[in-house]
Amino acid sequence: MTRLRAVILGALGIVLLGVLWEAYKALGPAAGFEAFGIQLLPRTSDLAMPHLIDMLDRALSPVNTAADSQPVWLTVTLACLSSLGTAAVGLAVGAVVGFGLALLMLRFRIAESAVLPWLILSQTVPLIALAPVIVSWGGRVHIGEFEWQRWMSVAVIASYLAFFPVAVGALRGLQSPLAAQVELMHSFAAGWWRTVLHLRLPASVPYLIPAVRLGAASAIIGTVVAEVSTGAKGGIGRLIIEYAQSGSSDPAKAFSPIAGAVLMGLATAGVVALVALTLGRFRSNEVPA
Amino acid sequence: MRHSKRLVLGIAAAAATAALALSGCTATPSPTESATSGALTPVTLQLQWFAQAQFAGYYAALDQGYFKDEGLDVTIVEGGVDIVPQTVLADGQADYAIAWVPKALASREAGAGITDIAQIYQRSGTLQVSLKKSGITTTAGLKGKNVGNWGFGNEFELFAGITKAGLDPATDVTLVQQNFDESALLAGDIDAAQAMRYNEYAQILETVNPDTGVLYTPADLNVIDWNDDGTAMLQDAVWANTDKLTSDAAYQDQTVKFLKAVIKGWIYARDNPEDAAKIVLKYGPTLGASHQLWQTNEVNKLVWPSPDGIGIINADAWAQTVDIALHAKNLEGSTVITAAPDDAAYTNEYIQKALDALKDLDTTGAGYTPIDVTLLEGGK
Repeated sequence: MTRLRAVILGALGIVLLGVLWEAYKALGPAAGFEAFGIQLLPRTSDLAMPHLIDMLDRALSPVNTAADSQPVWLTVTLACLSSLGTAAVGLAVGAVVGFGLALLMLRFRIAESAVLPWLILSQTVPLIALAPVIVSWGGRVHIGEFEWQRWMSVAVIASYLAFFPVAVGALRGLQSPLAAQVELMHSFAAGWWRTVLHLRLPASVPYLIPAVRLGAASAIIGTVVAEVSTGAKGGIGRLIIEYAQSGSSDPAKAFSPIAGAVLMGLATAGVVALVALTLGRFRSNEVPA
Repeated sequence: MRHSKRLVLGIAAAAATAALALSGCTATPSPTESATSGALTPVTLQLQWFAQAQFAGYYAALDQGYFKDEGLDVTIVEGGVDIVPQTVLADGQADYAIAWVPKALASREAGAGITDIAQIYQRSGTLQVSLKKSGITTTAGLKGKNVGNWGFGNEFELFAGITKAGLDPATDVTLVQQNFDESALLAGDIDAAQAMRYNEYAQILETVNPDTGVLYTPADLNVIDWNDDGTAMLQDAVWANTDKLTSDAAYQDQTVKFLKAVIKGWIYARDNPEDAAKIVLKYGPTLGASHQLWQTNEVNKLVWPSPDGIGIINADAWAQTVDIALHAKNLEGSTVITAAPDDAAYTNEYIQKALDALKDLDTTGAGYTPIDVTLLEGGK
């Protein structure tokens, strides 16, 4: 019953957004609203705010007049899948690195005081400063037949964003058992690894799930931004730029990859939620991130 | 029961994740399609931007096998927002790069060891476009107007032009940072917008004019062409690694071969603009077809005719570029370069060798005539 209500409310939210868009377009001031030289409300022209029906129509029609041209929605979907794959690799790498760092910080108190400030510092480096450097380093990697591809640089950037919430969340989770619980393990003569395996790991799940959810969102953002920055082919970030370039002559087209990116984020959240369902018995006391 | 349901969901989720990971591994094909034959020398060419007809000649050379005929296995690497081709070249990650002369000169001054070996574009493609009703017909007419520019080193022709017209860029015009597209011009935020004749100018012509209900036509627009104004700077050129040019005999030899294929590629684009545009679409299937044909045609006009032979660096045009790069000041008061570049900045040695080897072909394009291209709405 509550689930049905959630679905209905969710759908209503989307409809409301569409109604607001069209209502503002119909009733809003044509020149938008400007204060102190800053545009606060957008113009209502077809150039700035195309009709929803035009966007839908554009999404269903072919990209260009070439004979074998795909419809826009298919191009966007394929680009989303490509970006999702890159983000998934980035998230996997980020989660492994983040969890490894958490274990290290758990094991050695000195590592925690040494590494944690650097973790926080690492997240203050702007992505666009990082991207060309990583592409440049990646371009030097040639190991036998293996050659570094541009999408791998993108995945590295995604993992750079994704590892942080995982590391912090995992550390909090691993440290969450009470002293009495840890002492009980000691009284059983359980070593450090056994304590981690049987006590700390299960206790960390309620912290890990929101951390991975955050990490997944970060990986998606990292992927899209890095694709814009490095021009990696095939992804949704590149498509957003390409379509935005024709923003003045084909404004409806530019909204397709944006919608695609939103759906991609929702799909990722869904996948993480599905994984979380299987871990239900560990989630008795889940905490918000 | 509860558990088995969870298990199924878990497996489904894991499978979905794995499928996504795999699609990431396969959905991005390597840019080169040539077979890895043992005899071919691998060569990497770095572009400034995504695949588009601006680079039609290079893609034509790749697609028509001209590089392979010279024994080269060329990989064309597309650019991106933060990719600086001359830096990629100087870092040794590309063998050749396409870059505008002023930007490359600035990188040279910052220490990049690169040399202009072929000036493919003989003319500048930068325009300052305004709507006819704004009445701006000359550079002097920009006085008191909102003038758009992209910044990032793309603005020096404009600043030189404004200064030449007797205006002060800092006080006589209002400079506006401009986006990729031309919507600010059409919305009236900018009176005169910067546009490449092969790209943004076409985007305007692909837009419906709300006053007439049909697409904008050249008759609706006024254009300032820096080539006519005498403040044009050289743009797309092929750059090579200076050190390797002076010390590496194999690289010198490879450079001549590479340029031979590039010349043949641009001749193909000149003689078969429709096919060249189709080749570009093959490498960039998300682009507009009529837009790319327009771009091929306009780019051809920048390349052809080349009276001394395609790619030869004209000493006068070079001197004009260097002069503006030395003297035109932007709003921050800085110039592109602070000292004249040394002799290694350009050489005609390799392009001349390539031209001599292709004597049978028409490498000047004296009789070149552009085609007529009909743009469709949105460039489709």
